Amino acid sequence: MKSLAELQAIKNRVSQQVSLRQDREDGIRVVIGMATCGIAAGARPVMSAFMDEITKRGLADVTVTQTGCIGMCRLEPIVEVFMPGEEKVTYIHMNPEKVSRIVAEHIINKRPVAEFTIGAANE
Amino acid sequence: MKELSLHILDIAQNSVKANASLIQISIDEDTAADTLRITVADNGCGMDKELLQRVRDPFTTTRTTRKVGMGIPLMEMAAVGCGGSLDIQSQVGVGTTLCAVFGLSHIDRAPVGDMPGTMSVLVSGSPQIDFVYTHTVDGASFTFDTREIRTVLEDVPLDTPEVANWIQSYVQEGLDSLQTL
Repeated sequence: MKSLAELQAIKNRVSQQVSLRQDREDGIRVVIGMATCGIAAGARPVMSAFMDEITKRGLADVTVTQTGCIGMCRLEPIVEVFMPGEEKVTYIHMNPEKVSRIVAEHIINKRPVAEFTIGAANE
Repeated sequence: MKELSLHILDIAQNSVKANASLIQISIDEDTAADTLRITVADNGCGMDKELLQRVRDPFTTTRTTRKVGMGIPLMEMAAVGCGGSLDIQSQVGVGTTLCAVFGLSHIDRAPVGDMPGTMSVLVSGSPQIDFVYTHTVDGASFTFDTREIRTVLEDVPLDTPEVANWIQSYVQEGLDSLQTL
């Protein structure tokens, strides 16, 4: 059973990482479109999958946030990845299965998954 | 929307945009009355009478990226489609309360779906806002309140991935104990 004691343990563990995170301006940001269009297309499980994957791999410098409608509803769920010093990468038609590859190849190994990007879809 | 929990996620985003500091979500399943009632109440900026009248129209939206706003019309359609209704009360400066009633046993009623996922995504998307979620099944209820969580977490933000995962499991176990229909 999940208890508040367990939450306390998470707090103690994360506290130190937090001060670390606030000091760093070079964190990686994952932004998920969470308006009606995104939600209807399946953005919620995509966000949960990112949270899950980031926890599993213990990535302290990655934040996952939400935004509204990006304006390309037919391409939802849309995920934007901002790496410090790099151009934004936009992934379209996302699903939870794609998330682990993006975390492993892009966020950890710095190589965007070209086939999932909006650029690949336009070709 | 395949699940009522997705409507809730969507509607609660309206409260977030209305600068609410407290959003109260409740789901009340009543077998005797054969109703499932969803309420989303916020203390945000509220709407004036004119906007309140237009808000069910899919061509009403406050966003600028496109001309349609489907959140409320979709939820109303889902409610009316299974013998229910949708009602919105709002007052400028006080807040907005949306209440949707669904026929509990109606064949067209979508399942409640993944409320743990909805709560986890809502909280991590707006860690500065307090959320209270109460789920009641025939009088027995489970409540999740971020104000309680905050007293434990202190300086650790609610959008920490580990916390989001904990919230998901915590709500899931709370609902399991209610044996949601």
